[in-house]
Amino acid sequence: MNIYQDIILDHYHHPHNQGRLDISGKSVQVSNPLCGDKIEMTIVFEKNKVKEVKFQGEGCVISTASASMLTDYAKNKSKQELKKLDSKFIIKMLGIDLGMTRIKCALLPLEALHKLL
Amino acid sequence: MIDLKKIRKEFPIFQNQPELAYLDSTATSLKPKAVIEKIREYYEEYSANVFRGIYPMSEKATVEFEETREVISKFINANKSEEVVFTRNATESLNLLAYSLGRKIIEDGDEIVTTIMEHHSNFVPWQVLAAEVGATLKVIDINDHGYLVINWDEVITKKTKILALTYVSNVLGTINPVKEIVIAAKKINPKIIVIVDAAQAVPHTKINVQDLGADFIVFSSHKMLGPTGVGVLWGKEKYLKEMYPFMYGGDMIEEVYIDHSTYKDPPHKFEAGTPAIGEIIAFKEAIKFLKKIGMENIRDHEKKITDYAINRLIDTFGQSIKIYGPKKIEDRGGIISFSLDKFHPHDIAQILADNGVCVRAGHHCAMPLHTRLNVPATVRASFYIYNDEKDVEKLVEGLKKVNKTLK
Repeated sequence: MNIYQDIILDHYHHPHNQGRLDISGKSVQVSNPLCGDKIEMTIVFEKNKVKEVKFQGEGCVISTASASMLTDYAKNKSKQELKKLDSKFIIKMLGIDLGMTRIKCALLPLEALHKLL
Repeated sequence: MIDLKKIRKEFPIFQNQPELAYLDSTATSLKPKAVIEKIREYYEEYSANVFRGIYPMSEKATVEFEETREVISKFINANKSEEVVFTRNATESLNLLAYSLGRKIIEDGDEIVTTIMEHHSNFVPWQVLAAEVGATLKVIDINDHGYLVINWDEVITKKTKILALTYVSNVLGTINPVKEIVIAAKKINPKIIVIVDAAQAVPHTKINVQDLGADFIVFSSHKMLGPTGVGVLWGKEKYLKEMYPFMYGGDMIEEVYIDHSTYKDPPHKFEAGTPAIGEIIAFKEAIKFLKKIGMENIRDHEKKITDYAINRLIDTFGQSIKIYGPKKIEDRGGIISFSLDKFHPHDIAQILADNGVCVRAGHHCAMPLHTRLNVPATVRASFYIYNDEKDVEKLVEGLKKVNKTLK
């Protein structure tokens, strides 16, 4: 199955929640040195729930689309809910079949999010 | 001239995958029938251990095993086959040198010199050794065209004990003028030991260690049509004799007492434990295969196909493709690393893979070089004796699809 589906490419070309929150939010940087992907994620909570989350960095189609979709999903979710997310969720969210190498690209944004919780 | 049609027939993988465009021989090469058949022969006909049994099967295995050493020795024009040590791969050969030679001769305040274009295996062992003993690691830089820039008087001093450099960059393709570098380095410091990572050179061009002037060269079987699990360390006998053993145990021992042990002479001193017998036996078939085609013919073919590929890529993609390394084809091996537009190398490699083209994406175990080039990763296409213009066309078509998909 082709992983470059229209919805994935749409998130890649027009990522949601791109940028950086300047206000007193938490921030984290994660990277995959093997392919040079880097993501910085910033987050603001309100009463244990995600009020705002943004990401920026360099990444491939898969990591960018994953970050875009994940940040959309994370809004208004509680820390407890987000802590439960795993690779199965990410694969389902992206709706594509990823091989052993590319799954790492897809999981990078989740790693960032989990570090912020 | 080489007969590509005839050569491709010798590689069973093309019968199994007729549409395969394999452009990743820098990572590992495909294997000809003769090599695969020889491995089968060992396991089915005389699969005994070497140097042990008195029975005929073990003697046959030992003869076949040592014959490979002889074939390698002649192939690189070593003085004698005892200068050829078997390891698992070029990486192990380099680690062996850092351990058995490096820890013998490098002291606090000494200098080790390497280059920015090294594979991690010829960089990290020296970095770690230097930190461990208090030596200085000096790194030779490159210019924008991918050539080494050597300020001789600054780089090599009387304190320099080891110069470790690659013959051919696995990313830039740059063929370093090793012979001239050895002469210049030894002129400043006659005692300097020069170690050459020839993993990307021995498979592709004629290497004569007498002419080269280096003290050690290393390479891997699997990059030159041979089996995986076999590396070579060639070194001058006087150094091999002085060096520490690498690993202790079976096969490398002469005598063991409660309070001390004595060791065999090189090369066996460095070959502890049961080696990859079948693979080493089959490795000589790879060398015979290469010799039959002729190393000059192989180099000519790779020059032609690389030149063709570079021209096709630039004609088709113009300004949006950036090819790293020397422009002069004489100075470049069959390796083309590139960036296309702003596309991520993983996406490029993925779309090429979906179209039957095998390339490598990443930093190719050369992170200091990619940092120097100011890119996190590149895409690499590399060529060998079985690649033809059709493979190049598939690469070009695949890259057009990348443009179409990601633009």
